[in-house]
Amino acid sequence: MKILGALFVVLLLIMPAAAQDDNTLTLVTHDSFNVSEDVLAAFESETGITVEILRSGDAGRMVNQSILSKSNPLGDVLFGIDNTFLSRALDNDLFLPYQSPALEGIPESFILDPEYRVTPVDYGDVCLNYDVAYFEENGLALPESLDDLTDPAYKGLLVVENPATSSPGLAFLLATIGVYGTEGDYTYLDYWADLVENDIRVDDGWETAYYGSFSGSAGSEGSYPLVVSYASSPPVEILFAETPPETAPTGAIVAPGMCFRQIEFVGILNGTDKVEQAQQFIDFMLGLEFQEDMPLQTFVFPVNPDAELPEVFVEYAQVAEEPAQVDSAEIDAHREEWIQAWTETVLR
Amino acid sequence: MVLRYGLLLVPLLFLALFFFYPLFEILRLSLAPEGQLDLSWLGELPSFAGTLGFTIGQALLSTALTLALAVPTAYVFTRYTFPGKNLLLSLSTLAFVLPTIVVAAAFRALIGEQGLVNNALKALFHLSDAPVQLERTLAIILIVHVFYNFAVALRMIYGFWANQSPRIDEAAQVLGAHGWRLWWDVRLPMIRPALSASAALVFIFTFTSFGTVIGLGGPRFATLEVEVYQQAVNLFNLPVAAGLSLAQIGIMLLMLLLYRRLQQQPAIDLQSVQQVARRPRSRSEWLVVGAVIVLMVVLLFTPLLALVVRSFSGADGFTLRFYQELSMNRRGSVLFVPPAQAIGNSLLFALTTTALAVALGMLTAYLLARRGARWLDPVFMLPLATSAVTLGFGFIIALDEPPLNLRTSPALIPIAHTLVALPFVVRSISPALNAIGANLRDSARVLGATPLQVWRWIELPLISRAIIVGATFAFTISIGEFGASVFVARPDTPTMPVVIFRLLGQPGALNQGQATAMSVILMTVCAVSFVVIERLRTAGVGEF
Repeated sequence: MKILGALFVVLLLIMPAAAQDDNTLTLVTHDSFNVSEDVLAAFESETGITVEILRSGDAGRMVNQSILSKSNPLGDVLFGIDNTFLSRALDNDLFLPYQSPALEGIPESFILDPEYRVTPVDYGDVCLNYDVAYFEENGLALPESLDDLTDPAYKGLLVVENPATSSPGLAFLLATIGVYGTEGDYTYLDYWADLVENDIRVDDGWETAYYGSFSGSAGSEGSYPLVVSYASSPPVEILFAETPPETAPTGAIVAPGMCFRQIEFVGILNGTDKVEQAQQFIDFMLGLEFQEDMPLQTFVFPVNPDAELPEVFVEYAQVAEEPAQVDSAEIDAHREEWIQAWTETVLR
Repeated sequence: MVLRYGLLLVPLLFLALFFFYPLFEILRLSLAPEGQLDLSWLGELPSFAGTLGFTIGQALLSTALTLALAVPTAYVFTRYTFPGKNLLLSLSTLAFVLPTIVVAAAFRALIGEQGLVNNALKALFHLSDAPVQLERTLAIILIVHVFYNFAVALRMIYGFWANQSPRIDEAAQVLGAHGWRLWWDVRLPMIRPALSASAALVFIFTFTSFGTVIGLGGPRFATLEVEVYQQAVNLFNLPVAAGLSLAQIGIMLLMLLLYRRLQQQPAIDLQSVQQVARRPRSRSEWLVVGAVIVLMVVLLFTPLLALVVRSFSGADGFTLRFYQELSMNRRGSVLFVPPAQAIGNSLLFALTTTALAVALGMLTAYLLARRGARWLDPVFMLPLATSAVTLGFGFIIALDEPPLNLRTSPALIPIAHTLVALPFVVRSISPALNAIGANLRDSARVLGATPLQVWRWIELPLISRAIIVGATFAFTISIGEFGASVFVARPDTPTMPVVIFRLLGQPGALNQGQATAMSVILMTVCAVSFVVIERLRTAGVGEF
């Protein structure tokens, strides 16, 4: 017992208290944020700013805890909030406005807040992925629209994620809302009822769906050849193959109206005393070095059109042709209602 | 005297600071944001009645099943020695360390549609459809709950049983008690404290089950814990989330009161005589022992074995690639964690948690042994019954000012782990402590022993086995990051489970293979630690 007691005291002593010096910038972000060590190191040595990364769970939880702690923010700058959570953050005055000079040249379509409280950094399209071998062997054509998925030819082939527990699941639900709307003769709920009729499978999260139910990934053991994933998943599948395959085992379907675009933003947390450093960091995130680093680190597309894509992205990644559109404020206002209606229709 | 009372208050202080204060703050913010209690959320609660029914029902079933399997196993462990017994016991706890997402994958690999069992059966009987259809059923949820909790019940019951004198059992048999009467009238009453303690723990565990239910049961099944998460995280509907958390706590309190009524003083004093385990003699005895070994191997080890096999299987057969890749930072990314660092962080947090939980747990057990403090017992179980998300949000808003500015400190990690581990340590130690006969202490005192000497030479040896059981669980809970979701803001101190989650968050066979490899490393580190903990006991207090 004495040994354990002494051990505990020692451990408490060596545990570093959260160090806060004047030039440390705390970046609050989600669990999957990533960047190359040398890219970040270059920023740090150029500016003399030390970046401390604080990971706060998934995007939803990160936003909620930032709102809970807004009178005494957890950090100085927050990255990783997307358009599905944007209005919740803006309504809660989470961010200070900053119009970065680096925004010049960034397409208008990415700038969702006219007051510049958040700055777009990257985007990713949630689209269906398919098992290339399955469709070849069975001589089956790829679905070209959401409508096609209700065709009996695709019965029992599609696995989706529960929008209540999964971010790509919510994105796909939003795509159907963008296409079919919530009013009229045939709403998104009618569409989902038809999908249920066509034996779709619903999983709790992306990991379960992609690795457990989908048949296309090299590591998966499922039997469903269609899955809701990202347009950038096929190149990643190749990047992390055991041995680089000659042909891609999976592909993304990016036909009009079949995808939903998630845009990720960065913002300066209201209440920080390091506004200047935070602004420098935002400029850095829009710069070519960071923008070109992102695709292979977080598998998203840079918003900066001048950024060059890595080869594997050029070859295997696709961009949604006309992603379905749903207004960010609409999403936050109706999220609960939509998810509940979806649950009633699909799961009950 | 003052020192003694002061010490006994330490666990209460710990709980007040790191549990009740954050919980109170988040409930206050959720339910009375403007300082006025807003009860409009009450209207929404009835729609969760079905969820509540399912939550309680599956927890009761899981508990009953776990005990039904663990009691006979514990009996065999108490009665007989057989080769590999200690190893089997240690390894049974391994199930406990794996993140649910990994366990779900292991079970799918084993009994899923395309799993080993189904493929073998299909080949054997020339079937076209998979004969075992367990995915997304209540059955698979129950099986996995038993998988997780079997060791909890086994270790607690066996730890208690092994310290009881076999004489009563023998006397009862001489007097003609046989078959079910022997079990019902003699054996079960004798182990009732351990039985009810482990039942309470298993119930709470499965009552708040999250990953197993959504990962393997599919989206049609939801526990209250799942609802709280959805309300708090996705919908940011804090009042309803808080209301559901309160309902969870209320139900648990009711259950714990019921449990306290069931739990009576043990009929027998704990003596330092131990059950004499012997080798099985007759064929039927060997049969019973064999059945228990087979049960444990099938239930606990085949899923783990499936993981080990997968971690070495590449597209072209045997490979070490996944293990090698773990220590390669191919893309030079900040997200990369060298395995040694992950292991180091995990061990650091787990050791701190174990030390903290054992120290506090022992003090708590003494506190609860006092006549006036018994009612406090359920209070110490509450952290286990409280939604991790709710408590996590509580940390964010409550622990944000010096001197308790801990919300982004690494120190919060072992503290939160200790909250979860404490009930285990208390549950392990309390029955043993309460079973020590007063006459034993009195005799020692009459012979001139100081209170400290009584503790050191009489009580500590008698409860040492129970302490080890508690320590093992505290260690396991921490290293497996049970309730990892508590940590809302985490500084960069990645542990093994964190690495597993990061790998599984990305597509590609290499990522999945590495996640499996890391899971196997997690199990191995744990297994080695169990052996060391066991050694500590024999080297320290156990040989008296």
